[in-house]
Amino acid sequence: MAPPGSGKTMLAKRIPSIMPDLSFEESMEISKIYSIAGLMDQQALISIRPFRSPHHTITTTALIGGGGIPKPGEISLAHLGVLFLDELPEFQKNTIEVLRQPLEDKSVTIARLNASYKYPAGFMLVSAMNPCSCGYYPDRNRCNCSVNHIKRYLGRISQPLLDRFDICIEALQMNYKDLQVQEKQESSEEIRHRVAQARRIQLERYQDQNIYFNSQLSPRTIKKYCKLDEKEQSLLEEAFNKMNLSARAYHRIIKVARTIADLDQSERITTKHISEAICYRSIDQKYWGE
Amino acid sequence: MDQMEYRYWLANLPNIGVKKIERLLDIYGNSENIFRSTNEELYALKKEGAFAEHMSEKDLETITQQRDIDMIHRNYTKLINNGIYFVSREEDDYPEKLRNIFGAPYALYVKGRLPRKQDKLIAIVGARECSPYGKEMAKYLAGAIAKEGIMVISGLARGIDSYAHQGALTVGGGTYAIMGCGIDNCYPRENINLYMEMQKEGGIISEYAPGIQPLAGNFPMRNRIISGLSDGILIIEAKEKSGSLITVDYGLEQGKEIYALPGRATDHLSEGCNNLIKMGAKMVTSPKDILEDLLPQYVENADQSGHGNIVLSAKQYKVYSCVNADPKHIEEISLLTQLPMEQLMEQLLELELRGLIRQTLKNFYCKEL
Ligand SMILES: [Zn+2]
Repeated sequence: MAPPGSGKTMLAKRIPSIMPDLSFEESMEISKIYSIAGLMDQQALISIRPFRSPHHTITTTALIGGGGIPKPGEISLAHLGVLFLDELPEFQKNTIEVLRQPLEDKSVTIARLNASYKYPAGFMLVSAMNPCSCGYYPDRNRCNCSVNHIKRYLGRISQPLLDRFDICIEALQMNYKDLQVQEKQESSEEIRHRVAQARRIQLERYQDQNIYFNSQLSPRTIKKYCKLDEKEQSLLEEAFNKMNLSARAYHRIIKVARTIADLDQSERITTKHISEAICYRSIDQKYWGE
Repeated sequence: MDQMEYRYWLANLPNIGVKKIERLLDIYGNSENIFRSTNEELYALKKEGAFAEHMSEKDLETITQQRDIDMIHRNYTKLINNGIYFVSREEDDYPEKLRNIFGAPYALYVKGRLPRKQDKLIAIVGARECSPYGKEMAKYLAGAIAKEGIMVISGLARGIDSYAHQGALTVGGGTYAIMGCGIDNCYPRENINLYMEMQKEGGIISEYAPGIQPLAGNFPMRNRIISGLSDGILIIEAKEKSGSLITVDYGLEQGKEIYALPGRATDHLSEGCNNLIKMGAKMVTSPKDILEDLLPQYVENADQSGHGNIVLSAKQYKVYSCVNADPKHIEEISLLTQLPMEQLMEQLLELELRGLIRQTLKNFYCKEL
């Protein structure tokens, strides 16, 4: 969430730049989808991670795929890359709700009379939204939206969909950030290096399991791979009780903390990692409430 | 007919408002006598000029024609059965403070109970579209005042009004809402919980009978009741030309103390308040500023923050001392404290879990007041 001018789109566009390079197999997978969609142009192979940002007026068919002989939709074109939905509440409610299944399955099945078509859809969902329809709340010098209106604006996105976001942050307006002359910022190249390392750590950790990433951990495997020491456990429990977290949010926080620790190259999850994960936790609809 | 039923009748004559009723009472002494007046009498009085220009012939007709005893009885009984208490100026129960104001309503409908003579009330009003700062301060000040046994009175509107009622209820205090529509109509609808809850330790009051819709014209009028019943009016946030200032005008006319919460010179929502302070309203930066006026024996508790003696690490203190009632974004805090984000997040979480700070919006932190 962020007010206009805080560079949400710019930020989203740069996500593929910190993701690991595509393997040959991944390039092939993506190229297949693009060729079915008739989007291959002259190139032999697609070698960079896709970044798709459909406009909020997009139809459900164009988003998830379809047509007489079904064509892959935006979610498949974003396979192994980023699907960026700017102004999330402006999308048709049923259009975004259909994302829930593909997000779970990493693929989409389009049923037709005589056959059904299955396309991969393993995308990273990135969305941006304003805090209200004018975009400036809580700056009351610019925002005149009614308290109710503000509550309703967020309410356009269902809680089950909100729950699927691992990381959620509210960005500040640009002019404030400009003032910030803090410690040296990490470059995309450095970040990409850390991401690649974290990924290697995860591949190694899960070699006996049928999974590759922290995000795929089940509540049972969380116990095994995300062991918390007493101090960390009690911090998380306190947060769980005082912040009224759901069981789903609880597990999500541990998985995100595991990833933050991996990026930090720390085998142990510390209170610092847990605090950060809690800070990123998904908003809930009570958020604008009292 | 019961005495109360005559009064109920008088209060519900169409197009016979406060001024006309006042004049009639001057002449006839009570509602029963008005009910028994004859056509000839009324016309003779009008001819003499006893009503000035107030009363039309149609009004006189209304008074003599609308006397269906059965219907009056039925409606009044229904009111009582619905748990609505009706009180007119002809009873001692009618609030003394209200009796003397200009344009005092002839009758009131009440759910819950009326303020007692010894009760002290503070009106808290302000912008509907308030800022998070206004919201936090309204809740905090209302709570701190209500904790000392002072009732909070407001208009149940969105924004500041609602937060003031809420603040009082949270500490188990009493609070009153004055409605601009029929007493049975919870407007706005989303405040139904407040509407129900406040009837336990306070009440809902309206000069409008059940069934009357919230008309824009009613709202300025109900502000004179909010002001009239109060012992002082606190404005939390108001733009330069805000409706809340109507309540202040009534307050000044009725000789009430005006309190205002100051804000930054650059915030439009504080212009109204800052102007009031310039013009002599008492600036409120702590509940003490109001309490010391209302409770002569009031001594500020050494521990106003309610947090007791807290021990903070140097880092925590750094973070804690830069948050206040106006929510700050995490990046702003990082800039002010010069703490890197990951360390800051850890400190913020700890302060939040200790109940010292709170996220009012995602990643915006304010002090738990
Ligand atoms: Zn707005």
